[in-house]
Amino acid sequence: MKLSLKFQLVCIYSVLLIVTPTVALAIDVYDFETQEQEALYQQLAKELRCLVCQNQNLADSDAGLAKDLKNQVAEFVIAGQEAETIKQYMVDRYGDFVTYDPPMNASTLFLWFSPLLVFLIGGVMLFFNIRKKHHE
Amino acid sequence: MKKIWVALIPLAVFIILVALLFVNLSTHNEVLPSPLIGKPIPAFEHQTLYSNQTITHEDFKGEPWLLNVFGSWCPSCQYEHPLVTALANSGRIKVIGLNWKDEASDADQWLKRWGNPYHEILVDYEGDTAINLGVYGAPETFLIDATGTIVYKISGVLTQKNISQELLPLIDKISL
Repeated sequence: MKLSLKFQLVCIYSVLLIVTPTVALAIDVYDFETQEQEALYQQLAKELRCLVCQNQNLADSDAGLAKDLKNQVAEFVIAGQEAETIKQYMVDRYGDFVTYDPPMNASTLFLWFSPLLVFLIGGVMLFFNIRKKHHE
Repeated sequence: MKKIWVALIPLAVFIILVALLFVNLSTHNEVLPSPLIGKPIPAFEHQTLYSNQTITHEDFKGEPWLLNVFGSWCPSCQYEHPLVTALANSGRIKVIGLNWKDEASDADQWLKRWGNPYHEILVDYEGDTAINLGVYGAPETFLIDATGTIVYKISGVLTQKNISQELLPLIDKISL
């Protein structure tokens, strides 16, 4: 059975729709004075996590609290606050979990260094394997 | 023989991973530790819902109190309401309500329907104090001591269990 061209196209578009990553842009309108401010706002809305729907960032989330937090971020950005100050404001209230860029401390050491650890284990294994092959 | 053991390593790693994920399934929760425990309660100034006053964080100094974040739009708040009422009626602690992002008329209707257990109700219409308290979902309950320091926080509903095992022992401790 030959599938119609229309059906094939529908299939292709459906697949594209599924695999295309959604572009996370907060489209709320704030009166930013400069483009830098707007860029900073967009950056922060992406880096800060929505606490209600915990696997979304603020930009993606439509939750009431996310809106409040976006308003707060926009307000700070317009007032000329630095990115670090704004992030610290959120961390002071909601903890490290609020940022998608976790700080390095005792509880996140493993998170930060586990890739290095895996790399080292791999290196050691490789080293011994090569040495063994060399001896044979 | 040694080769077989080496070949089993990936399988072992996989099994450990699955075991960890499985354990996390039952123990995982979305409750976040609050960075505000042990810190003074953030400054606030709110109108009250009924008594037509403006109340600040200073007004509660001198005795421990419980701040219960609620809204008429929040089904879980209604669920925990009988327990909040029982706790307030027990006289063991002063219970203050923070009416979070709610219309006054809705809050009033809700309280008339289910009863008002609160000593005083602060109106946080904009949600400013909620943000300062790191609230991310109602209900949330904060225990504050006589000096205005946040001692404990329960995110989510109060239950018989967390009241008797977590809140009451702490209340007794800070009421001394």
